[in-house]
Amino acid sequence: MAKIRLVEGVLKANDAIAEANARRLAEHGVRAFNLISSPGAGKTTLLERTLEHYAKPREHPLRIGVIEGDVATTRDAERIETFGVPVVQINTRGGCHLDANMVARALDELPLDALDALFIENVGNLVCPVSYKLGEDAVVAVLSIAEGQDKPAKYPALFRRASVMVLNKLDLVPHCDVDVDALVEETHKVNPQLEIVHASCRTGDGLEAWYAWLDKQLGATGV
Amino acid sequence: MHELSIAEDLLEIVSRTAAEHNLTRVSRLRIVVGALGNVIPDALEFAFDVAGRGTVAEGARLDIVEVPVTVRCNACGAETVLDDFAFLCTECGSVDVTVLRGKELYLDSIEGD
Repeated sequence: MAKIRLVEGVLKANDAIAEANARRLAEHGVRAFNLISSPGAGKTTLLERTLEHYAKPREHPLRIGVIEGDVATTRDAERIETFGVPVVQINTRGGCHLDANMVARALDELPLDALDALFIENVGNLVCPVSYKLGEDAVVAVLSIAEGQDKPAKYPALFRRASVMVLNKLDLVPHCDVDVDALVEETHKVNPQLEIVHASCRTGDGLEAWYAWLDKQLGATGV
Repeated sequence: MHELSIAEDLLEIVSRTAAEHNLTRVSRLRIVVGALGNVIPDALEFAFDVAGRGTVAEGARLDIVEVPVTVRCNACGAETVLDDFAFLCTECGSVDVTVLRGKELYLDSIEGD
């Protein structure tokens, strides 16, 4: 009987590919954002509003690419394609998260030299995607108020890892038994530094703060 | 659900290490899992049992060591072990804390012949 000490990180292989992705994106001057939420929280709608916003004439136009992660179908990619931006759909065929290797293959299909920002829409899931780095500059959490105010406390890992949280569907507050102040308080117990954008992607209300956050992140690329 | 991918990653490390050390059978693994690692021990055991069939680690026993989240307060320096994911210092109440432990996810050791 032999005992062998390893102390080898289980996700080391993923992390190494994620670091290679990050280097590759940085070499092309692309800032990448990993969007994580439950299914139906509004990631795709947030992307649609964002693409509309940055399609308006600007002094320095922002060139955006999108990677869509889903278990099945190309529905989200079809929604995004109507905006005329490069989009790659990844179907995980049952897998509950994107990993760095899937993203590496998707990067091969994107015109990285012609992009300033890359949005990676992860598989809808508050748990598994949090463990897999993809090479992003920042994790964006999207939480819809209809999911209830206890989600940050119940799924703390995401809200610890995220740099910003878009609190979506605020237009539904009158129809939901949710206390927004308590939700914010619970979220800040998990992560006091987390920036929270109060918004409704359906009406567009509050998204100025999201664009301001993005502009700050993209400042390094001169946009 | 991602326990299956983790089990596959584990098996990859185990198979490589067993080959390097001329082990033909791995009977026991010690895995360290932080509370922030989003890994459910029961689910990992089940996934490993299924994914390990036909490999060098078929039927191996998994010892899963769970590590609670420990934070250090950046204001007063005290260390707190969290039991409810409220990231604050129990000594002075500050929310300015650094996570010391609880993010682990690694294979500590394997045993075999």
